[in-house]
Amino acid sequence: MARRIALTVNGRVSRIEVDDPTMPLLYALRNELNLKGLHFGCGLAQCGACTVQVGAAAVRSCALPVSQAEGKPITTLEGIGETGRLHPLQQAFIDEQAAQCGYCTGGMIMQAKALLESNRSPSDEEIRRALAGNLCRCGSQLRVLRAVRRAARAMA
Amino acid sequence: MDLPMMDRRGFLAAGGGLCVGLSLGGGRASAQGFRAARGLSLGEVDTFLAVAADGRVTLYSGKVDLGTGVRTALMQIAAEELDLPMSRVSVVQGDTLLTPDQGATISSVSISRGGVEVRRAAATARAALLAAAAREWSVPVEGLATLDGEVRAPDGRALDYGKLVGGRTFMLKVDPKVKVKDPASYRLVGRSVPRVELPAMVTGQFEFMHDVRVPGMLHARVVRPPAMRGRLGEVDDSAARRIPGFVATVRVRDFLAVVARDEWAAIRAARALRAQWARWEGLPDQSQLWASVRASPILRDDVTQNVGNAPLMLQKATRVLRSTFDFAIHTHGSIGPSCAIAQWEDGRLTCWSASQQTHELRRQLADMFALGADQVRCLYVEGSGCYGRNGHEDAAADAALIAREIGRPVRVQWSREDEHVWDPKGPPTLIDYVAGLDERGQVTAWTAEAWIPQGQSVSRATLVAAELGGLPTDASHPGSVQQHLAIQYGFPNIRSVAHRLAHTPFRPSWIRTPGRMQNTFGNEVFVDELAQAAGVDPIAFRLRHLSDARAAEVLGRVAKLAQWVPHEATRPVLQAGRRTGRGVSYVKYELVRTYVAVVAEVEVDVDSGAVRVTRVHVAHDCGQVINPDGLRNQIEGCVIQTASRTMVEELRFDRSTVTSRDWASYPIMRFPDVPDVTIDIIDRPGEPPWGAGEPTAAVIPSAISNAIHDAIGVRMRSVPFTPSKVKAALRAAREAGTRG
Repeated sequence: MARRIALTVNGRVSRIEVDDPTMPLLYALRNELNLKGLHFGCGLAQCGACTVQVGAAAVRSCALPVSQAEGKPITTLEGIGETGRLHPLQQAFIDEQAAQCGYCTGGMIMQAKALLESNRSPSDEEIRRALAGNLCRCGSQLRVLRAVRRAARAMA
Repeated sequence: MDLPMMDRRGFLAAGGGLCVGLSLGGGRASAQGFRAARGLSLGEVDTFLAVAADGRVTLYSGKVDLGTGVRTALMQIAAEELDLPMSRVSVVQGDTLLTPDQGATISSVSISRGGVEVRRAAATARAALLAAAAREWSVPVEGLATLDGEVRAPDGRALDYGKLVGGRTFMLKVDPKVKVKDPASYRLVGRSVPRVELPAMVTGQFEFMHDVRVPGMLHARVVRPPAMRGRLGEVDDSAARRIPGFVATVRVRDFLAVVARDEWAAIRAARALRAQWARWEGLPDQSQLWASVRASPILRDDVTQNVGNAPLMLQKATRVLRSTFDFAIHTHGSIGPSCAIAQWEDGRLTCWSASQQTHELRRQLADMFALGADQVRCLYVEGSGCYGRNGHEDAAADAALIAREIGRPVRVQWSREDEHVWDPKGPPTLIDYVAGLDERGQVTAWTAEAWIPQGQSVSRATLVAAELGGLPTDASHPGSVQQHLAIQYGFPNIRSVAHRLAHTPFRPSWIRTPGRMQNTFGNEVFVDELAQAAGVDPIAFRLRHLSDARAAEVLGRVAKLAQWVPHEATRPVLQAGRRTGRGVSYVKYELVRTYVAVVAEVEVDVDSGAVRVTRVHVAHDCGQVINPDGLRNQIEGCVIQTASRTMVEELRFDRSTVTSRDWASYPIMRFPDVPDVTIDIIDRPGEPPWGAGEPTAAVIPSAISNAIHDAIGVRMRSVPFTPSKVKAALRAAREAGTRG
């Protein structure tokens, strides 16, 4: 029996129909709402490529049942800035060229955004710890660290 | 993503231009001549680029961007040579219908081969544009110049490229001796132009393979056997059928998949499927892996180097050193599991994937389905980072088989477990070294014997879907994994042999720096052992046996960068506590290109056996640098990814299948452990451009091993360098009561 679920994503309410309320939020965002800034990496909350914010918290959308996201403010990469009006983290990732394949980048930015909202000037160690659950296989981590530091300065 | 089946001639015609060629000779080729022209020969300018009526230039590249920034670099090269703003250049990558087959995107040759091919084509095109303008104005070509997409005359007249040739083809052979630009006049090449994809990537607008959708598409999941070679028995899909959105179960011999209207329904249906699989326990006992490698029948011996008479000189040596090195099986570990879409129309197959070798994939898919190659079109769409032949081609074959069975376009998304278990693997590598020294400690002989899978010159892996489905497919060949058994050091007697084995546990593949990493690991640790035996500083020892000015320069530059203090290599075995150490390593990639020297710094805790790689210094000479920041990005990636492979990665398996099924059971290095990297780039604008995607990776395992020895006095000869192996090596050294 299909069920209607209202999701509040990037400030806008969307109603979707789901057959299974335990379906991870990731599939609703990517396939129903056509948001591509979050990526499927593991489905196990192990890699962080699917990270979005639910409220202030960075959340793995691959492991959160869509029904549990209902009614909560969800923010995705698309919702934090756009070309010409970039979020300081997006700008910093460009300035530092902090990506290779870019597949994990959206998750990194969302994880870093949650960090900077709770800690305005994190130390290098704190940034490394906060991003420990976000995997990058290409080896862009040093650039990501520089980008997060740069964004923290810009947001100070 | 709904592209018509159309060949390049049709494509160019559809672009709105005239089907008329423009040739250097001044004559205009007829439309007939164009149609008669051959396909995408690497000798034709039109193969590589097209100028539209609005002056925009499209590059057609068989080399693809795997996350390396090569799209931006190729745009720089073309825009530079054509005197165009980069904003007027776009790139079509890896589409087998529209791009030339420049070989797979492997071995760090996208610039040295692909870039140079584009450069020559662009330079030939520029000469043709100048000649065309000269004819138009009836002036000598010598006085004309190109700038900003225009040909300009001394009198101020200007003609845009679009007006000169827009929409038409050049009908021109690439001139292999064409005069390319003087690097002194470069405006784009040699500059850190930002990656063109990044603004889209950081805003969620970039389209990855995983984001592609085609009309009428269904979602499929493959249901994998619980053993690597399991035969399929009964299938019960009654529970799967009850899941809303279920469309079909597809079975082709041992290939099993479910298809659904949406992705989550496909995942649920795959979980709900009940299938009986035969037991299979044909994998070796992992605890006896190296014995099983040694016991594998040898199909042939490849002698990779033979100088003087090494076996004889070993017999005459005053002192003989022996070391054995092994390197674990690795998975690629792309963060996004493989994904592909396939669509059949009128018996022709179109396939979207992130394959690094779409032209080869086209041949493989044509073989699998008994089609002509012209009935298959493979399109490249960027995926998650690709470091070799991972699962992309297999996902493409999965999608093609399922789509054929159900007659609808199908998207296949691999799960994390699919990727960890079913991607072809970096094979286990085992190498024995023996060196002979005379009474003064001079090396008189060097021999290396490697046990590696069989291979041919074409790098190719069996398609899983074809294998399970009982359809035609090739044997796997892991590429040139014998490279770097030959060494550059000028020892008087050298012999190296690769035993090519009949069996290896998993489909052997190539992962970043395949074979070159494993072989360089052995070479460069063993060289350190020889330096130690000779009582000579490791950098000085290497320099003593190299007569190559560029080798001397990278070693000198890395010594300066790391503030290396020359020292005799012998270290006492550390008994307790922590100590730091530094190790050097060097390579001239495949003995013919990019030079890299590195110094790794480590901190070792003797009590726990934990090693932290704290910093790696890199001196890098790949000739002409196209994009310095892109180059640094590749070097950093080489260091970090290889530090991960060296320190923590090892595929685990039981007798039936891979047990490293996710990031918990196959961890990779995380942010807190990532080493810092300092880089000194040696730019040589007047030299040919080489590659950087792999060479630095070749020297990382050995540099770390040498650094560990420098810290605690034991040699690590088995990758990965886990705490338990470090402690075992310390125990063995203490028991032997010897100095490292």
